[in-house]
Amino acid sequence: MTDDYEHYEAVVVGAGPGGAAAAATLAQNGVETLVLERGVESGSKNVSGGLIYAEESAPYTIDGLFPEFRSEASERPVTEYYLHNVAGRNVKTIDLTDLHEHDTTWSDAVLRRHMDSWLEGRVHEMTRETGGGLLTGVRVDGLLREAGEIVGVTCEELDPIKADAIIAADGVNSELARDAGLMDWEDPEEWFQGVKAIVDMPASAIAERFGVDEDEGVAHLFSGDLFEGVRGGGFLYTNDDSLSIGTVFHLDSLVAEAAEPHELLDALLTHPLLDQWLQGEYEELEYGAKLVPDSKKAANPSPHQGRLMLVGDAAGQMQAQGPIIKGMNHAVSAGALAAEAFSEAQTRGRPGEAGQRYETKLRDEGVMAKLRPTRYTVASAVGENGAVASVTDSLVDSPLGRLGIEAADRLGLLRRAFNSPFVMSVMPDTRTPYVTAPTAIAEALGTPVREENDVEPPDLADRIGDLTYDVGDPHIELRDNSFAASGAAVSACPVSAKDFGGGCYRDEKVKTNGHEEHLVSLDTQPCVECGTCAIVADTEWEHPAGGKGVEFEQG
Amino acid sequence: MHTLVLTKGVPDFREGQVSFDEDGHLERGKTPTVMNPNDKHALEAALQTKVRHGGTVSLMSMGPPGYKEVLQEGMADVYADDLYLCSDREMGAADTWATSITLSTGIDHLDEEPDVVFAGFKTADGETGHTGPQTCWCQDWPIVTHVVALDIDEEERTLRAKRLVEGDVEEIETVEAPLPCFVVADPEFEPTYRKAEHRLRHKDLRAETQKRAENFEDHLEVYDQEELNLDPDFIGLDGSPTIVAGVDPIPKAPPEREATMVDPSDEGAMADVFEELEPYAGAD
Ligand SMILES: Cc1cc2nc3c(=O)[nH]c(=O)nc-3n(C[C@H](O)[C@H](O)[C@H](O)COP(=O)(O)OP(=O)(O)OC[C@H]3O[C@@H](n4cnc5c(N)ncnc54)[C@H](O)[C@@H]3O)c2cc1C
Ligand code: SF4
Repeated sequence: MTDDYEHYEAVVVGAGPGGAAAAATLAQNGVETLVLERGVESGSKNVSGGLIYAEESAPYTIDGLFPEFRSEASERPVTEYYLHNVAGRNVKTIDLTDLHEHDTTWSDAVLRRHMDSWLEGRVHEMTRETGGGLLTGVRVDGLLREAGEIVGVTCEELDPIKADAIIAADGVNSELARDAGLMDWEDPEEWFQGVKAIVDMPASAIAERFGVDEDEGVAHLFSGDLFEGVRGGGFLYTNDDSLSIGTVFHLDSLVAEAAEPHELLDALLTHPLLDQWLQGEYEELEYGAKLVPDSKKAANPSPHQGRLMLVGDAAGQMQAQGPIIKGMNHAVSAGALAAEAFSEAQTRGRPGEAGQRYETKLRDEGVMAKLRPTRYTVASAVGENGAVASVTDSLVDSPLGRLGIEAADRLGLLRRAFNSPFVMSVMPDTRTPYVTAPTAIAEALGTPVREENDVEPPDLADRIGDLTYDVGDPHIELRDNSFAASGAAVSACPVSAKDFGGGCYRDEKVKTNGHEEHLVSLDTQPCVECGTCAIVADTEWEHPAGGKGVEFEQG
Repeated sequence: MHTLVLTKGVPDFREGQVSFDEDGHLERGKTPTVMNPNDKHALEAALQTKVRHGGTVSLMSMGPPGYKEVLQEGMADVYADDLYLCSDREMGAADTWATSITLSTGIDHLDEEPDVVFAGFKTADGETGHTGPQTCWCQDWPIVTHVVALDIDEEERTLRAKRLVEGDVEEIETVEAPLPCFVVADPEFEPTYRKAEHRLRHKDLRAETQKRAENFEDHLEVYDQEELNLDPDFIGLDGSPTIVAGVDPIPKAPPEREATMVDPSDEGAMADVFEELEPYAGAD
């Protein structure tokens, strides 16, 4: 009976940068390729920082695959790059342009709705030429198996589809990776949570306040004591006529501090340092959030099984190189490499070898070494050891540490250390590099900001209310509604908060038979599908049906 | 597979669009003409046929020259290939009978006989639901009405349809008919595209049609009386046996009804409410 099912040579699930690169490469190699994307339009589900990089050493770049990409799909190129170390009002700014430019051919800011929908058009044209095409509003909900072997995909909106290759480019919280047992959603230490606001600003104001021309842009990063001790940092990127301002934090640290993501974002938005750019004006166009895998811990070195290959976030291929976040570029490389692996294997009459070829290419092309640097494994074994970490942390914070910082700055070492790709890739995931060191640097070397920043970001209710949803059945169900099991989501969910009744997760005290139970309740209506509660709460977590759920206009 | 959809323009009865004079008569000049809303279901059914089986879709209407825009709207919706408008002064003021005779002659006039003719359920202005079945009667073809789902076997030249019995969603029967055949799509008709291939073709058709609909007049043929050469006794006002004796406006509900506010916590007052309601409640 499965012989009646439709068959394509390749099915690509997800049309973000990974899926687009895979599909374009397959089509260029003449492979009949069907692309399935769950959003009403590509990009409508996606949130990124985001700066997309074209690395000199990468096997593939987005403009290599789509030559008009930079002129049609991206915003401004990044021509200046700064890190601000913050302690109260004290700020010490370090120019990180060298680190940013290391191994970089170019890097542009992007907004995902615009970028991905542009890619969608190109990918559909290319794949249509070889007998396939791209469909939106279709959510793949599982793998089709025959005698235990993966042979295709199942969807809510379509009959099952068989394929010789299945490329899962379905992003973070990949249901296909989970279905195949190649990734799990257990450990908060393997993830970051990114939250972002898009702020309206005319090009003329950007030019004046950032001192840039039309074809120039700036990136500013922020770390130090402005985030309640949560490990992570903030960013501000210039788009054509808006700003992307956001935060990225280690998920385990957010949970440990029971911090509210939207409040941490507000802490950045209202810091006096931002007054020079916002100048008392603030119109938020969109609020969004998404999990981000940490490749150092999460990237699967063997991301394939039978006919299935995982690319991009689905395989955990998201590199945090110190403060620089590189996910989209690696998704592009991996997508194209998986496609290349399949078409080579198919030409040789052995399509079953595609997965192994893909794994080899990831290694030989140097992608895996960037995602999981061995030197990080060694350094982190020492640096993240509890005792060592706390000694380092107190040392940096001590008068001796400060003397060191001052000396390092005098000798130019500080700038050099921050601009060293090597140092950045071995940085341990402890409080020291994220909080203690930046704070100590700002205290020792910083100058106080005199301006007042009196912008008032919208509250959570307004932020949620401004988003577009089309809700179907609840796509998340609580398996265990005790506070002990699922309570972390009340604060970690970016659209919920402890004292807010209008979000997804709510804290509830229920009296039964004289004793009080501490429970949580869930209403998925305002969910932005960030994936956080799939990790930090005990849930049955799925994406909503095709075309349903939140729709980002900016991304 | 060649399908034809019969459609017509009706006054836009939506709030804010429609305009009536003091006596409650429709002011045609002030009310825009739109495609009869129920025809959308016929269009959906024709589109599903085109997507699944390929071929061409034609749209036909009888009416004044202004209906061209209605056909254009239909072209964009159903990705139609060509449009036909039966239009002539002599055909004006026709009732459903004269209209059916005109349309049937129009169908005979097409270069290629359609395999399936789709008609809407009923029109928003006349509400009769006669035109489709009467046109079919003129053609002497089988007809399936109240269709909610459709499958065509091209090789066997048969059509299998799920239809509502007596228009009731609770009772659905499956019937088979030979082609050519008339189909009246019910408002409950839901097109289904469960194959990726069909959705991709749907996308192709949409892209193709955008251009065509802009230059729709290149794909439009007007059949006038000279062309169709109809018996003058069977068309227009002369061919219409229907006599409209009068029009009774449906009285509007009074804007303010008598209401008494009751405090739900006032038990005595609530008891009175229940007493008032009792006669309207179920028998037990
Ligand atoms: C706040 C924030 C800041 C970031 N900053 C940067 C940055 O500056 N630079 C950078 O390079 N990266 C950044 N990233 C990371 C980057 O966004 C991701 O690494 C990148 O998008 C991964 O690409 P992908 O193609 O693997 O997945 P995605 O871009 O997530 O695309 C996955 C696609 O699959 C679709 N999909 C998912 N499930 C299904 C399904 N079941 N069926 C059908 N379709 C499905 C989704 O709708 C989506 O379109 C940031 C992320 C966040 C959240
Ligand atoms: S309910 Fe879960 S997935 Fe949805 S926004 Fe909250 S944490 Fe994210």
